[in-house]
Amino acid sequence: MKGRKLPVTIRLLSYAWNYKGRLALACLALVGLTTFQLVGPQLVSYAIDTGINPHKVDGGFEVDGSTDTLLIAALLIVGAAMARGVFQFLQTYTGEFVAQRVAYDIRNNIYNHLQRLSFAYHDKAQTGQIMQRATQDVEGIRMFMSLGVIRLVYVVVLLIATLTVMVLTSWKLALVTWIFIPPTAAISIVMTTKLRPIWLEVQNLQGRLGVVLQENLSGMRVVKAFGRENEEQAKFDAEAQQLFNYSYRTNRIQATFGPILNGVWAVATVATGWFGAYQILHGHLSVGDLAKFMLYLGMLQMPVRSIGFVTMFWARASTSGQRIYDILDAESAVQEKPGAPDLAHVTGHVQFRDVSFGYDAISPVLRRVDIDAQPGQVIALLGQTGSGKTTVVNLMPRFYDVTGGKITIDGTDIRDVTLASLRRAFGIVQQDVFLFSATIRENIAYGASDATEDDIFEAARLARIHDFIMTLPDGYDTWVGERGITLSGGQKQRISIARTLLLDPKILVFDDSTSSVDTETEYLIQQALAELMKGRTTFVIAQRLRTVKSADQILVLKDGRIVENGRHEELIALDGLYRQIYDLELRDQEEAFERERERLAEVKGEPETAIAGGGD
Amino acid sequence: MVFFGGAGSAGGWSGGGGGMGGNLRPNSLKRSTDGWDDDELGSVYSHRVVTRMAKMIAPYRFRLFLAVVGVLGFATMTRISVLAVSGLIGAATDGDMDRLNRWGLAYIAMAVLSAAFFFIQMTSTGWIGHRLLLRLRKDMFAHLQKLSLRFYDNNEVGRVMSRITSDVTSLQELMTGGMLTILGDVVGIAISVGVLLYFDVRLTLVTFTVVPVLVVTMAVWQAYSRRAFVRVRQAIAVVNANLQENVSGVRVIQSLSREDENAKRFDNINRQNLNANVNAGLLSAAVTPAVEVIVATATALVVAYGGYRVMNGHLAVEGLVGFALALQMLFDPVRDLVLQYTQLQRAMAGGERVLEVLDTKPEFEDDPNAIDIEDISGRVDFNHVSFNYVDDVQVLADLDLHVEPGETIALVGQTGAGKTTITALISRFYDVTSGSIEVDGIDVRKITHASLAHRMGIVLQEPFLFSGTVYENIRYGRPDATDEEIREAAETVGAHDFISRLEEGYGTYLHERGMNLSVGQRQLISFARAILARPRILILDEATANVDTQTEVVIQRALNTLLAGRTSFVIAHRLSTIRNADRIIVLEHGRIVEQGKHDDLLALGGRYARLYRMTYEQHALSSSANGDGARAGSSGNGHGNGHTPALKPAADPAR
Repeated sequence: MKGRKLPVTIRLLSYAWNYKGRLALACLALVGLTTFQLVGPQLVSYAIDTGINPHKVDGGFEVDGSTDTLLIAALLIVGAAMARGVFQFLQTYTGEFVAQRVAYDIRNNIYNHLQRLSFAYHDKAQTGQIMQRATQDVEGIRMFMSLGVIRLVYVVVLLIATLTVMVLTSWKLALVTWIFIPPTAAISIVMTTKLRPIWLEVQNLQGRLGVVLQENLSGMRVVKAFGRENEEQAKFDAEAQQLFNYSYRTNRIQATFGPILNGVWAVATVATGWFGAYQILHGHLSVGDLAKFMLYLGMLQMPVRSIGFVTMFWARASTSGQRIYDILDAESAVQEKPGAPDLAHVTGHVQFRDVSFGYDAISPVLRRVDIDAQPGQVIALLGQTGSGKTTVVNLMPRFYDVTGGKITIDGTDIRDVTLASLRRAFGIVQQDVFLFSATIRENIAYGASDATEDDIFEAARLARIHDFIMTLPDGYDTWVGERGITLSGGQKQRISIARTLLLDPKILVFDDSTSSVDTETEYLIQQALAELMKGRTTFVIAQRLRTVKSADQILVLKDGRIVENGRHEELIALDGLYRQIYDLELRDQEEAFERERERLAEVKGEPETAIAGGGD
Repeated sequence: MVFFGGAGSAGGWSGGGGGMGGNLRPNSLKRSTDGWDDDELGSVYSHRVVTRMAKMIAPYRFRLFLAVVGVLGFATMTRISVLAVSGLIGAATDGDMDRLNRWGLAYIAMAVLSAAFFFIQMTSTGWIGHRLLLRLRKDMFAHLQKLSLRFYDNNEVGRVMSRITSDVTSLQELMTGGMLTILGDVVGIAISVGVLLYFDVRLTLVTFTVVPVLVVTMAVWQAYSRRAFVRVRQAIAVVNANLQENVSGVRVIQSLSREDENAKRFDNINRQNLNANVNAGLLSAAVTPAVEVIVATATALVVAYGGYRVMNGHLAVEGLVGFALALQMLFDPVRDLVLQYTQLQRAMAGGERVLEVLDTKPEFEDDPNAIDIEDISGRVDFNHVSFNYVDDVQVLADLDLHVEPGETIALVGQTGAGKTTITALISRFYDVTSGSIEVDGIDVRKITHASLAHRMGIVLQEPFLFSGTVYENIRYGRPDATDEEIREAAETVGAHDFISRLEEGYGTYLHERGMNLSVGQRQLISFARAILARPRILILDEATANVDTQTEVVIQRALNTLLAGRTSFVIAHRLSTIRNADRIIVLEHGRIVEQGKHDDLLALGGRYARLYRMTYEQHALSSSANGDGARAGSSGNGHGNGHTPALKPAADPAR
């Protein structure tokens, strides 16, 4: 992270500096281009003055040239255009190449940096904002490279070269012409300076209009349910009107400055033409020279008028660059120790020793927590929302780092090993399953890209999803996610279980709340989870009585502390917080369970143990 | 650009996809074969689009007239100014000071007029363009509000979005920029040709040999570059989709240690984007030099042949200079016209897509004689209602259901039995196919949509909030509610506690539709929103399905207050919710197969009893099987499987 103190534009330019060979080529081409650009009008002037040779004789002008010279001049004009074309091509292409390479490099950097920033960063960041930086701001920098930097060099070189040639031809006429160039450039800069904030606002308003529209369309059911169409229309109209106001303001600025710029340039042309004609009349200037001046003036018009835009690209680059460096300079709160070894041969013995954690200094989330999870044990975490359950499981794979105490796996502090090897020891089944836009196969093998087909099938079978996948027309190659098929919550969950099984982690973390699924699916999920838990140390954020009752340790959390710890019977006997939660939330399940068990026993005449199993 | 971001393009070519229907369904917008609407080209002229746009632009005819005057005036003035240059040189070579000064003054007049016309052109076209855009957007949005949910069932949000953003913009650009540019170009070319002919007819004919070469070059280039730019857009869309997914899924990526693999893949995608861009850049870089060589050839012809004619006395020197300058102005509009051809095609296609939305007939609108309902008791009658979403698939079949004011109805049945449809029909999201639905004895088709909506409260499975403060979200159904009332509503549903704990309490801004809240919290807010609207009829469609146990407990507690005195329709998976209903309606294939109270239905021993049993049977069994697995380690596998056959028969009907 060197050079963080340097101005943003310099840091951005250092990206381009990586391609200095190409940059040098672009600059060389630029010089060549300018040279041959100057040659064109020169040749026209030569053709007129030498080829046609109009000269003053008594009482008027006479022409006395040679067709050979004309022919040579004509051929030279085409030749010069070709040479100019080659240089122009080289310059544009190389410039664009460097700009695109820079954008490519920055995009890669952003991507890689983002996926290595810890959860703490992503908790605060908004996807929309990150995306805006990675798209619009990177684009701003690409334009800065090709239009801001290279274009600026071109304009400067061109101006100096033309000025020189013009002064050498006729310094008086050059003076008349050049009087108008600085004001034109200044007006152009004023115009873009006025336009830029309004453009930004237009962009912003477009974004807001888009949000209103998108929310209205995707929330149409709610809009209709509440009969809010008129209010929605009013909201949209107001935003659209606002957008109109600003867009129209940009138009008015352009409509004012555009004609002014045109006018000034026209006056420059008139002045040159008029004064040049005087000079010819007095014999101080040749017709060819005047033609040359007029052609130069035409050549300069666009570059001079676009100077404002060049400055705008610099301004944009510094804000865009700043926003990009906000991401690139963000340091991950979780860092790997240099030279840390891999965590190997994990048995799954997890210990929390006096662990504290807080997202900020003021409000601790976990306070002095001690946990000792033996290999193969099931640990149920119980507590109200905000009690710290999720934090406990997020600390183990180092999604966050503890602020006090330490966590060890098989006696090794988790901060002393590599992140990849640590995280490989964990299998995490999240409540909100995230599948990637890819085939089912790729999604299952997401954490283990080298898995064989047989491995994948086996994992899917164990997760009780294989049969379903086989019913799909494309089987494992079925595309899921956006533009693919939509899977139900239960199906997603089983795919995520298969994904985890394939990793064969020693330590398992999951949230056992099943979202709305039908009876059979729920049964399948339970089976899959049971499969998953075999022989692994398991941490469960428990929502269901069944899980809680079968746990080896139940940890009851309150305000970041473990207030009770034990097995079901022990904690019931304790008559504390667990008992309260049990009475309030779990007992319903239990009673229904009991009633049904009795009824089933009655109906089927089966011995109770067969149904209750080894449960209690 | 954010505005055009979600517009149905991200990841679009990734193929796959069983979920998409074709164009067969009614009320569904056309879809281009490759899914890339924006790149579809229409014909250069669509009568439908042009006439409709002409009607839209008609109110602005004065401005339009001004714009045309501006365009014509500007095109003319810039081009005839070469006459002045030529005149100046002519006067200078003839040594005629008076004429020189006259031409000088004329030249100044031309410059001033040209600037004035340019001003008129800019202001008028800008005004018309932005007005038209505003008008089109408002019209489309208003129209979209009228379309029934059937339209939204059949069209993804992204596709509709892109019509109101990019298609509208390209249409507007056509109407103002495009049409007037073409007019300016055509007039410009005509005047340039006139000026050239004025100077020297022969020379004009000779130099014109270059024009076809220019046109062909541009046309060929454009065909290539269009494809190249389509590839650029697709490539960047893939890059962005990948990046977005990476950000949203970063927690999974880190927990699966996929960073290195992902970096490789992204680099690959990013490089494809680089290559597509560099290719397009190559084409762009090649065209300008090519055109310049062509233009230089024309200049060379002027120099050689024109010089020859000067020496032979057919042309004056000033004529030659004027000719050379006028020629420079000829090529730009020719080039531009070739480019406009594709622009026109694109805009016409965009216009067709805009009109397709505007011409989609709303399934139904308020009856002109519809009445507002004020205080209703909440009686709901379904009289022999049949309904189908698609022609041949009947969802409700001759359903007769009469609900007393204040009654709580639980709807039970498998997915697809018609539970949600029943609730959607009460709110008149769709119209019945036959039969009628009455609220307080009035047919819902005779009630204004707004007044009906105000009597209803709906909580859906997926809570949908809007970006805005918590206040604004709860107030959604009753804009005149006071802050105090909002707090009360929140307290009633048990949302007050967590809202007060938010950073700015009720003033907290919910970004990205409240994605910074948990599902449960969002659901609590939507409960408060429903209750604040003081509905007489309450619909809870799987309202607690996605919330965590804690939130569910909170909601369960509030439910009694919510349901009291209101006619309610409840769809729920959890039987505890259903058990307390006044009446349970069991649906199968769109028919009521059983109805009554919980205990009666259990005693009946029919479908409800079986459904109920299945839920708990499964619970008991899976619970014990699970217990085995967890305790006994690997040996549990055999044991667990042993139970499966016993379960299967019971679970099968559930499908």
